[in-house]
Amino acid sequence: MSIRKLLRVRSGAALSAVVATVLLLTGCVGGAAKAPGDAGTTTLHLVGYAVPKEANNAIQKKFADTPEGKGVVWEESYGASGDQSRAVVNGLTADYVNFSLEGDVTRLVKAGLVDESWKSGPTKGIVSDSAVVIVVQKGNPLGIKDWSDLVKPGVKIVTPNPASSGSARWNILAAYQQVIANGGTEADAKEYLTKFFNHVAALPGSGRDATNTFLEGAANVLISYENEAILARQSGEDFDYILPDATLKIENPGAVLKNANPKAKAYLDFVLSQSGQEEFVQKGFRPVVADTPVGEVAGANDPAKPFPVPPRLFTISDLGGWDAVNTKFFDETTGLVPEIQKATGRSQ
Amino acid sequence: MTQRAGVVEPPLLEPDDTAGAATSSGGRRLPRGRSATSLTPTSGLGLGVALLWFSLLVLIPLTAVLVQASEGGWSAYWDALRSPQTLAALRLTVGQAILVTAVNVFMGTAIAWVLVRDHFPGKQVLEVVIDIPLALPTIVAGLVLLSLYGPSSPLGVNWANTSVAVFLAFLFVTLPFIVRTVQPVLLEIEPEVEEAAASLGATQFTIFRRVILPSLTPAIASGAALSFCRAISEYGSLVLLSGNLPYSTEVASVRILSYIEGDKLTEAAAVASILLIVALVVIVTLDVISRRVARYG
Repeated sequence: MSIRKLLRVRSGAALSAVVATVLLLTGCVGGAAKAPGDAGTTTLHLVGYAVPKEANNAIQKKFADTPEGKGVVWEESYGASGDQSRAVVNGLTADYVNFSLEGDVTRLVKAGLVDESWKSGPTKGIVSDSAVVIVVQKGNPLGIKDWSDLVKPGVKIVTPNPASSGSARWNILAAYQQVIANGGTEADAKEYLTKFFNHVAALPGSGRDATNTFLEGAANVLISYENEAILARQSGEDFDYILPDATLKIENPGAVLKNANPKAKAYLDFVLSQSGQEEFVQKGFRPVVADTPVGEVAGANDPAKPFPVPPRLFTISDLGGWDAVNTKFFDETTGLVPEIQKATGRSQ
Repeated sequence: MTQRAGVVEPPLLEPDDTAGAATSSGGRRLPRGRSATSLTPTSGLGLGVALLWFSLLVLIPLTAVLVQASEGGWSAYWDALRSPQTLAALRLTVGQAILVTAVNVFMGTAIAWVLVRDHFPGKQVLEVVIDIPLALPTIVAGLVLLSLYGPSSPLGVNWANTSVAVFLAFLFVTLPFIVRTVQPVLLEIEPEVEEAAASLGATQFTIFRRVILPSLTPAIASGAALSFCRAISEYGSLVLLSGNLPYSTEVASVRILSYIEGDKLTEAAAVASILLIVALVVIVTLDVISRRVARYG
């Protein structure tokens, strides 16, 4: 063994030793405890889907001025609804959750994190409403008025992927159920949905991706939610949206976890007060509490009357509730939507 | 620079560092006759640290995926794999990844060649730009691809929502791998060797085939393996452009995401395990090919 070689071995050993030491040190330091909060303040953890972040923040600000809300400090986490729900099941600390779909709270109930009675309140666990709408290019060049216009030649639809984005399921269900609300049979509804999928140009992963795809011009119709359309128009996007005569009411749940700080329940109560609901309204959501004063809502088709009630507004319970809907429509092997996608996907 | 001086001194080439791509061609010239058990205490420590690191980062998570896949029993596993939609997604993903890797083998080597052997204005800029696909968050890459090849393309093409979109996205994110693995090896090749071959009457083509290619092959193969594996796992850069249409542009990672969204972790892990097996087969195949080429030129 030459001297140079020996040196190389030695330096290699030194490097390994350093690496090992660093590993040990980081292992020790990693466990250091976080500094406790100041006396007199309470930290509440909000885990939610991304869309209502601004509304939540405005409500938190108002809540801080109430006696219950005094000294509450928020730690928040926002992301895709399903991902956030799974994160809570897997140990993400949460006191209050705000998801886009009931199923994301049901997952927490199954994991024993949320009490089974979470739907027993006057709003049945729902904190904000919206409706499925049809977004079209500025000036509506195709003259689209209703669902039936979506299956005419030349229409290209973009809607988020109902398989990878749970909240995209509202759109597909609206397209299906409107046929029945307008007097059609289940067979008619299936036939319509098949035609609908024949016009689908893209199924992006999330609502936001779908909006981007639409704005890029890859399609001329976007199926979206009223609150998303209003929020996008508030932030300067230039498109029109149509509230069909028959459409689905979107219901977004909020819940307090079993082992949450009691202040979280006070917050949920405040969210469901008129004062809390007003902030949802300002961001384009429909209030869940009757008599909530609805002022001007920028971005709405008619800011003075932002939320006209469509003649045939149906809800998920008209379709039998989420459990039934998930089995009937979205089950991988027996569901209606995978079946239609198989039929239409092959012909593309 | 002292290292470079060391390269010409034969004892230093002994298998101290068997990790480098270049040394597997070097192994041909040198005997490999050291017993595997004679570890010095220090190299034992090194091996220990390396194995610990590798286990924490790779082996344990991989085992977790396989355990997850087997948890729902074989029937759930097979159901997931028999689903025609999953099969279509796997076929598209693996097919496009193979195609992209094949293109990269030629284009990546050519770009590396140009960067090492040619001198031209703007070379430094190109050197930096090559790595951009790796630095860019994939969702941003997706936006770039959508505006470049989508309906409002300045190039006058519209490849949105077609399988070309998948190909382009794979191509974009895998560009640097072969360039970056081949480049340093090409730098190390002594021009004297080529000159010697030429003076003995070898043609340009023979020199490339018998002298340069055997030393480059291990690097090309490891770059190709990286590029393939990156492609089959790609998600962010293509979701905007591909449209995720089942049976036509939906890739395996979107399938996995869909299963997770439906709380079907066994099925998601099943698809993931197939991707792992495909990756393993491709890596081994590339390794076998590169050993063959390196040996026989």
